[in-house]
Amino acid sequence: MATAVAGPDDPDVPGGPDDPDVPGGPGQPDVRGGQGVAADAGLLRFAAVGSVDDGKSTLIGRLLHDTKQLFDDQIQALSSASRRRGVDGVDLSFVTDGLRAEREQGITIDVAYRYAATPRRKFVIADCPGHVQYTRNMATGASTADLAVVVVDVTGGLREQTRRHCCIATLLGVRSWIVAANKMDLAGWGQSAFDAVAGDVAELARRLGASPPLVVPVSALDGDNVVEPSDRAPWYQGPTVLQALQDAPSGTWAAGTGNGARLPVQWVLRRPGGGRDYAGMVSGGVLRPGDEVVVLPGGGRTVVAAVSTFDGPLDAAVPPMSVTVTLADDLDVSRGDLIAPVAGAPEPREEVEATICWFAEAPLAAGQRYQVKHTTRVAPVRVVSVRSRLDVGSMTLTEAPELRTNDIGVARLHSAVPLAADAYPANRVTGSFVLIDEATHATVAAGLVGLPPVTAGTGSPAAAPVGELRP
Amino acid sequence: MTVTADSQHAGPAGPGAVGPDGSASGRLRRPSHLDQLEAHAVFVMREVAAECERPVLLFSGGKDSAVLLRLAEKAFRPARFPFPVMHVDTGHNFPEVLAFRDRRVAELGEDLIVASVQESIDRGRVADPGPDGSRNRLQSVTLLDAIAEHRFDACIGGARRDEDKARAKERVLSFRDGFGQWDPRNQRPELWQLYHGRVRPGEHLRAFPLSDWTELDVWQYVERERIELPSIYFAHRREVVRRDGMLLATSDWVRPGPGEAVEKLEVRFRTVGDATCTGAVRSAASTVAEIIAETAASRVSERGATRADDRVSETSMEDRKREGYF
Repeated sequence: MATAVAGPDDPDVPGGPDDPDVPGGPGQPDVRGGQGVAADAGLLRFAAVGSVDDGKSTLIGRLLHDTKQLFDDQIQALSSASRRRGVDGVDLSFVTDGLRAEREQGITIDVAYRYAATPRRKFVIADCPGHVQYTRNMATGASTADLAVVVVDVTGGLREQTRRHCCIATLLGVRSWIVAANKMDLAGWGQSAFDAVAGDVAELARRLGASPPLVVPVSALDGDNVVEPSDRAPWYQGPTVLQALQDAPSGTWAAGTGNGARLPVQWVLRRPGGGRDYAGMVSGGVLRPGDEVVVLPGGGRTVVAAVSTFDGPLDAAVPPMSVTVTLADDLDVSRGDLIAPVAGAPEPREEVEATICWFAEAPLAAGQRYQVKHTTRVAPVRVVSVRSRLDVGSMTLTEAPELRTNDIGVARLHSAVPLAADAYPANRVTGSFVLIDEATHATVAAGLVGLPPVTAGTGSPAAAPVGELRP
Repeated sequence: MTVTADSQHAGPAGPGAVGPDGSASGRLRRPSHLDQLEAHAVFVMREVAAECERPVLLFSGGKDSAVLLRLAEKAFRPARFPFPVMHVDTGHNFPEVLAFRDRRVAELGEDLIVASVQESIDRGRVADPGPDGSRNRLQSVTLLDAIAEHRFDACIGGARRDEDKARAKERVLSFRDGFGQWDPRNQRPELWQLYHGRVRPGEHLRAFPLSDWTELDVWQYVERERIELPSIYFAHRREVVRRDGMLLATSDWVRPGPGEAVEKLEVRFRTVGDATCTGAVRSAASTVAEIIAETAASRVSERGATRADDRVSETSMEDRKREGYF
């Protein structure tokens, strides 16, 4: 072990364990410096969402700074970058806004992924952009999250873009939110500003079918209630943002297992002695030797003879493990097929109705052709019809002939190959797809199998949770 | 796969090991974070192999690419890898690393391609920075030439998002245009784990199975899987000079300048790259367990401690990546 505690200018690194900032002493929060060896209490993946300039990046920077996740050389680099742009001290938004253009403009363009460990758990953090034009990048960050940290500037209230982000997050299955009512310092720590935001957010969560969110009054700039509890809001008795993150349930995104085991075949492994095994990621339920399964869309039935990995056979495999399956019978199985238990297997369909988040410049309209990537299958699809578009302000679906950039709506697609899809709320893997432009290969849409639970027509608010299938 | 939170220091499970369900009680065990990272990385490798026509795995001899080779075994054995292994050789190597590279590739029985920066210099593709100059940035040209020559459409590499603020922004499958450029302002959306590998001729992808791994995760995985690494990762005594706030190992390409004293110190390397710009750190950590303890307590980032190439400007990595650097 090196013993000297070295500054960033000193080559005699890494620093030692006697760093005075490392917790353990009195008054230190429940955090650990450096990379920390976290107890394996469950990885939590969360995305910071909300409107531009409400303080997402600053909040994430504050969280990382106050949990001692930033290295000395990084802090020094942040401080000199801040100075160059006329900021006194350290601009914490630069922790995640690492691109030249982002720092020039003071905005987030694309998702930054950061990693943090406390003694309680490990975090994968996606700091999402707030601008409408980068909604596709926000969706990228939210699609793999367990939880959303919704950042709202209390002096501005709940903006349309925050509503859009909350809607997309909930559609994507992120129903657990922690709301950071930010810039409380600018509101003089007045409870009325906080209450207004808390009321609006609770109402939005109710209409979207998200869990009732915890709302925390914070100042990301000053560090109140992010990691360190604050005495500036004596009327608030709840946890800090970090405490709430540590207590949040994890792994919900991989857990969509409603209909039983799913194994999209990814790769066919030929055994040296003859015979084939099928590799893939367990994407729902539990897969065990002896399970009676069907291979879709072909429909051949057989029994799972063995489940294994490079390290040997398994008694059972759960999401999100990558495994290899041996089948009892010699069926025609190839990449893109789905292995599922006979009971509860999805019905392969050529026509699929889906909720679409549209990213491309050119609108989505009936008659167009794309490639769909659904699990490990890529196939041509045609747009049969665009049915409706979601009005984010009123949360209602209205008839629309096309979807434009960043619109959310409902479309019916016809696939050249039957798709063995589940409804998205039942399974996030088999219930999701992307559309790919055939000429440029750009990813132009995220698709969720099933309808958003808002009533077609005008004016009726959502009565059931978003993402649930309606007849 | 059977390592639990309580037994992270156990070795990998052999054949016949109990599955992840605590068998007797029938209770299912939640995969540990290393299990999850491994499963995702294996998934990415298989997707790239299936979606792309001509992938290649980039192997530097460093710890991250040694982990990649183990993950490739997990993804594709008992078959051979569905791609060759390629080393972009700056010619400024630590001999221990070259020996490790050749031994490891031979053990695996896979094909090795060496793309040589020296050949790029000899052919006039890039200017020779001189005997003491860094060839780090020149690698981009050699890499892009090799991609064109072999018509590779995907390069699987060991880069991690925790290494640098530009890498923190990058997709798992990261698109490169016909000039090998990364456009950080216009990346493809990457929803869920629906990685799509389609590119037009001349374009290619960089695939990063270790995107969500941290330096500490890599070391914990090295320990769990008992992955062999070049000896320079472990504490040893070596002649170094202090330059630009770093400890550089003396060699044919790093010679003490005027006023620079050669010291013999106990050091190890946290990263392995071009010998002219990869610094050593003082350390007595001679085992993986000691390195894990040291890494967990470190107050200086992996690249901050050791890479001169990142110190050129605020956005050195972004600038290099835009040009095609790995």
